[in-house]
Order: sequence, then structure tokens, then C-alpha cells
Amino acid sequence: MAENLIESVLRFENVTVRFDEVLAIDDVSFEIKKGETRIVFGAAGSGKSVMLKVALGLQRAASGHAYVFGQDITSLPEAALFAIRAKIGVLFQEGGLFDSLTVEENVAYPLIYRKQAVKETLSREEISKRVLEALRFVELEHTLTKFPSELSGGMRRRVGIARAAVAQPALMLYDSPTAGLDPITANTIIHLIIKARDTTNTTTVIVTHRYQDGHLIANFRYNPESGNIEHAGRDASFHERTKFMVFHEGHLVFLGTEQELERQTDPYISKFKAVRT
Amino acid sequence: MLDLVKPPVLALQDFFYLTGRALRNLFRSPHYTDDIFLQMDIIGVGSLPIVVLTGFFSGAVMALQMARALSTYGATGQVGQIVAITLVRELGPVLSALLVAGRNGSGIASELGSMKVTEQIDAMRALGTDPIQKLVTPRLIATSIMLPFLTVISDFVGLIGGYVIATTMLNITGSQYWNTAYKALVWSDVAQGLLKPFLFAMVIAMVGCFYGLRTSGGTQGVGRATTQAVVVASVWIFVITLFVTRIFVWVST
Repeated sequence: MAENLIESVLRFENVTVRFDEVLAIDDVSFEIKKGETRIVFGAAGSGKSVMLKVALGLQRAASGHAYVFGQDITSLPEAALFAIRAKIGVLFQEGGLFDSLTVEENVAYPLIYRKQAVKETLSREEISKRVLEALRFVELEHTLTKFPSELSGGMRRRVGIARAAVAQPALMLYDSPTAGLDPITANTIIHLIIKARDTTNTTTVIVTHRYQDGHLIANFRYNPESGNIEHAGRDASFHERTKFMVFHEGHLVFLGTEQELERQTDPYISKFKAVRT
Repeated sequence: MLDLVKPPVLALQDFFYLTGRALRNLFRSPHYTDDIFLQMDIIGVGSLPIVVLTGFFSGAVMALQMARALSTYGATGQVGQIVAITLVRELGPVLSALLVAGRNGSGIASELGSMKVTEQIDAMRALGTDPIQKLVTPRLIATSIMLPFLTVISDFVGLIGGYVIATTMLNITGSQYWNTAYKALVWSDVAQGLLKPFLFAMVIAMVGCFYGLRTSGGTQGVGRATTQAVVVASVWIFVITLFVTRIFVWVST
């Protein structure tokens, strides 16, 4: 019974999404609770990004229900969704930065515009303080006045993380955070995701097609004392909070812990195992 | 057969849905005043040089062409009248609108299109702003305000173009030219000359935004959206000018 007491952050009930005649997501159900980390694997076009868009209310489900923070968002009007989205931070695949705005304005955007949703007005000083804090977190405080086009792909992704985290959301969604990056930059991004997750205990969903990312996030954690990322060892409470999902052509074909994933023999699912056979 | 008809009808429905929401946002807060003024600057002030230039030459060429036709009746002195009527009723609004469609309609479509393919539109929605309120409505307002002004300027500069030709090449005095031009115009001409750019502006802004927001398929899609926006807006400009003219002719008889 104790498990049910933990607040549900994201819940899908038989969600189906259709683009014209093509099923992008077919009858998908799962639940993510507060403080959990969920790693979502899948090949390109498997429906994993669409799943994130449904969670944000950017894409409507053709049937089924999606619950965010316990509220059914499936049929909510756009205006009501803003209040919910204000509690979600999201990093888009290419960063999704506004290229007509500077880095500072980009990171400040959620703080400036969320007042419409949550009726909270921040002073100019408070905004610039929090923007600087968020940029310092991703170690890009020197880029304030630059435009996204002047930054490298990895830096844009880091600014994207700063923008997603600046409003201290209760749920963070990462859409292919390492796509198109070299392995070293990809590692930096993953370290930042781990740090963002563990400093505030944020519920985190990471969509990726790189098995390395998932297994790093599932096994490493941020140590606030040393400021480093370190292996979590055999800490059971840490591992049971991390689950994996695998999407294949719109279907949820696997949902379970890392150990369960390693035991899978299906050739498609095996592609995402850490131990290669 | 039904499959052939369905996509255009659906597109039209989406277009009117978008237009409806953009118009509804006029009366809803938040209003992004900064964006409106920025767009007014881009669309209005930015288009001024080209509108003035084409306005001048269209007036001048009208005077030259009409003088030839009028000379057969020995009525070259009436050239001011003809230039004023054609410019204010038709050429001024249509030419300015076509220029703005080519310059800003394409700009709107490509800007929103690139935002769409780089997920900036999604990011905007995810970060709590309505892209229609933030992007479409300011462009609609800015174009609707600026295009009538541009048209008035274009009409006036066109009349000056006609005046230059009339006095230097047709041996018409300045006072005769301005007198006939001024007397030729009645209120309904001015009304129609201001109603048209207003309608054209709505079409240019909405068609540009519509194709921009519908963009799919990466960089290639942005190019396609831009072309479609200019072509469709231009065609609609001609269709609308015909209908408005017909209505004014019908009302005034």
C-alpha cells in the first residue's frame, strides 16, 4: 500500500496517437511516480518523442487518457494546459532555443511568461539572478549576450537544459539530449542531466536511442559534497527508482528495471542492453 | 474522388480555424505590444522604400500610357484624372499588396516555418506561451495597420510620378494636373482604396502564418512553405480585388 501513497507524476492509460492513418503510439500504458527516473529507448520513429509530446499536451491522444500530476490532460483546453506545463521542464531534441533571442532572454523566457499561467510575477533582479544561477549550473554564464547561432551544438543543448531547469519544474523531460553530439560532449550533457536530477530530486524522463546514456543515468549519481558524478554501487533504493522502457513501432515492448532489461533475449530490445553479446 | 477534395477542404478549414483564433486573440490578454511594434517596423518601415519606388514608376508609366490613348480624343489634359482613379482604386492597393506579399508574406512564412522545424513553436507552447497569440496575432495586426498606410503613400507618390511626366513630357500645367486628379476622386474611391489594402493585409499575414505553421520536412519544407505563401497570397489578392470592385460598382449604380 505504501507505494500508492507516492504521488503519480505521469500516467498513461491506453494512449493511442494517430497521424492520419499511421499509429504513432498504440495503446501505451505506464506510470511514473515522484522522484523516479525513467529511461525510454527506441529506434527513430518508434513513438518515444511523440510520447513526450502527449505528456506536454502538445499532441492530443486519439484515445486513452494521459494524467500529469494526477490531472487528466487529454481533453483540457490549451489555456488550462499552460498551468500544468509551467511545472514541466523540457529539453527539445535540437535544444529548441529561440534564435531571435539571446541566451539570457532564452533562459529567462519561462520565468517571464509563466506569470500568465501561475500568476506569479518575479522582479527583474530575481529573474536575472535565477537566470545566472541556471547558466552557472551548466557552466555557460559567460554566454549571456550571445545568440544561439553563435554557440556549438553541445552548448545549445546546455542552454536548453538551463532553460528547462530555471523554473525549478517538478518533472523534467529530455528528448534525445545527446543526438548528433560527439561522445565527449554527450557525456557532459548526461552528467548535467544526472546533476539536475540529483540536486533537486526531480522526476526525470529521458528519451534516447543511445544505450550508453541510459546506463550512465541508471548507475551514476551526483555527489553534492564532492561535486562529482560517481557510481551508485548497489544502493537498492537508488536502483529501484530507475526503470527502463523500450518502444518499438508505437508499442511499449518493455518496461522494467535494468536487471530485467539485461535478461531480455528479443533482438530488438537487446540492442539497448549495456552488456553486449 | 473524395480523396482529391479532402486535403484542400481540410486545409481551408484549418486556415479559417487559425484566422478565427488569431482574431479572437485581439480581444484577449496577454497582448504582446513589443512584438506588434517590431512587426510594424519590419513590415511598414521596411517596405517603405520599395513601395515608394514602385509607386512612383507605376504612376509615371500610367501617365505616359494614358496620354497616348487620350491623345486620340484630344483629351491629354485629363491624364491626371485617369492616373488618380486607377492608382487609388486599383494599382496602388494591388501593387503595394503584391510587394508586401513578396517581401513580408514570404518572410513570415519562412520565419515561422524555420521555427516550426526546429521545434521552437513546440518549445514556445511548452514554455507557456500561445504561439498564435505571440506570433500570429502581432503579425496580423501589424500588417493590417501598415498596409493601408503604405498604400496611401504609394498612391501619393504615384500621383507625383504622373505629375512629373505630365509637366515635363505632356505639356500639362501642374495646376491642371492636380485639379483634374483631385476632382476625379470621390469618397467611394477612397473607401475602396482603403478597404482593399486592409483585406489584402489580413490575407497576406494569415496565409504567411498558416503556411509557416504547417511547415514540415526540414529545410526543404521551409522553402516550399515560403513559395506557397507568396503564390497563394498573390492569387487571393487578385480574386479579392475583383470582388471588392464588383461590390463597389454594384453599390454605386
